[in-house]
Amino acid sequence: MTLAIRDIAVAFGGFKALDGISLEMPEQGLVGIIGPNGAGKSTLFSVISGFIAADAGSVALDGRALDRLGPAARARRGLVRTFQVPREFAHLTVRDNLMAAAPGQSGEHLLGLFLRPGRVRAEESRLRDAAQETIDFLRLGPVADQQAGRLSGGQKKLVELGRALMAKPRMILLDEPFAGVNAVLVEEIAARITELNARGIGFLIIEHDLQALSRLVPRMAVMDRGRLLADGTPAAVLADARVREAYLGGVAA
Amino acid sequence: MTAYLLAIGIMAAIYVLLTLGLTLQYGLTGLVNFGHVGFFAIGAYASALLSLQGVPLPLTFLAAALAAAIAAWPIGLVALRLREDYFAVVTLGFGETVRLAITSEGWLTNGVQGIPGIPRLFSAMPVGLPEALATFAVIALACTVAALMLRRIAASPFGRVIGAIRDNEDALKALGKDPARFKLQVMMLGSALAGIAGAFYGHYITYLSPDQFIPLVTFYAWMAMIMGGVGRVSGAVVGAALLMAFLEGTRFLRDFIPGVSEVEMASVRLGAVGLALVLFTLFRPQGLMGDYRK
Ligand SMILES: Nc1ncnc2c1ncn2[C@@H]1O[C@H](COP(=O)(O)OP(=O)(O)OP(=O)(O)O)[C@@H](O)[C@H]1O
Ligand SMILES: [Mg+2]
Repeated sequence: MTLAIRDIAVAFGGFKALDGISLEMPEQGLVGIIGPNGAGKSTLFSVISGFIAADAGSVALDGRALDRLGPAARARRGLVRTFQVPREFAHLTVRDNLMAAAPGQSGEHLLGLFLRPGRVRAEESRLRDAAQETIDFLRLGPVADQQAGRLSGGQKKLVELGRALMAKPRMILLDEPFAGVNAVLVEEIAARITELNARGIGFLIIEHDLQALSRLVPRMAVMDRGRLLADGTPAAVLADARVREAYLGGVAA
Repeated sequence: MTAYLLAIGIMAAIYVLLTLGLTLQYGLTGLVNFGHVGFFAIGAYASALLSLQGVPLPLTFLAAALAAAIAAWPIGLVALRLREDYFAVVTLGFGETVRLAITSEGWLTNGVQGIPGIPRLFSAMPVGLPEALATFAVIALACTVAALMLRRIAASPFGRVIGAIRDNEDALKALGKDPARFKLQVMMLGSALAGIAGAFYGHYITYLSPDQFIPLVTFYAWMAMIMGGVGRVSGAVVGAALLMAFLEGTRFLRDFIPGVSEVEMASVRLGAVGLALVLFTLFRPQGLMGDYRK
């Protein structure tokens, strides 16, 4: 699945949060996005996923424009995002959070629910196993039956990630997946991302943990003040003088 | 005394049905419906008018449920795209609009004069204890079926999705599910329950007029839900029973407060109900049966 972002511009009031951003994600891409606070990274995710309408520019998936589609329709095409600030279903258990994310459940239709209870039960038991696997992998076992609203910030981020995985996407946009997650688990999640990527799932990952990110992705895009500053291998990008300047917050030369 | 208790029981059961509709809409899904009485009224008039045309009762109940559900459809379509607070205002307006329509469309509803002589549920039986008992049994059965159905929905994948809608709609959209479809179905199903409650009400009271369908009815259903426990099916049952006990209890207050007129007493009752609600939110916000926050 390829993603093409062309000349996206978004202004909040007079403030240009995105100022002509273009980015190509090839088939099976694994791309990191970095940039200082307020660079517009999360806003870009919101535009790609359809939560914010761009003032200009277009987003296309496999060559087909997405601009007229809402967030849910885009997700059904295989493009799933997570949120920087976790948006867990606070009063559902962790398990239900994950199970709710799975697509194509016949028990989500009232008719199916009452007319084909056997089928719904069978689906639920399969889904429960899949959710358990994700719970084990993310080490959420001890809190699996707690309401997600009661978890720590890091655990909530894991629920976000788990839900995205359960949604069976073809491309995942992760907004700071490692924030608040312990280093050991970060490595395991990174390994899982590599593995899923090898199986064909594309990843676009915003992350402030530059070390973890540079080990994970072969390519990194740098954003600053709504623009694309650099795009290349992590080593090349991090050596770039303009990138260093943006990160050090230095005054423009 | 038995007749009196049965009468209270029947009204309580009608309120259970009404409250179950709100439990589905607000408790399980988070939709703030302040116009519940409108759907109650539509059901009441639909069934009453059809039965007066000679349509047999089970069919008029079906029509009541359908009419209320169909009325909820455009409300859903328009309002579900609105923010939560606007939705509350739209539904409130809908409830009042229904009452105004009943008042002004005299050719159909006989306006403020109302419709007398609506057939009772068991019109073949003479009015009396056995008849009241049979009526109560039927409504209680309807409550049981509705409660079991809601339980099943709450524990299902559908219930999981509407719980997710209540907690965070955007997150659900990001996973590829459209909240609108679910909200529409919830609005229609909850309204169908209100419509059936209305039909039972009309055939029990045997007289309908617009002033029976004031916003206070919606308020009572909300109160029952809050006292019983928001988002709990058992809460709707317990809450509606408690509400009736409370409303009837305050009736006797009059015997202890001399020199109070009927009109003044209505205000005193309303004040007492409001006070009870405040006390509940202060001391037992989760309601008697606990709520979805566990
Ligand atoms: N809904 C909004 N209304 C107004 N301004 C907004 C809105 N969303 C974002 N902004 C502003 O747009 C800019 C970019 O925000 P964005 O969240 O995209 O940055 P970011 O690169 O994700 O930063 P961080 O690394 O801190 O998450 C910020 O200055 C922010 O204050
Ligand atoms: Mg951000």
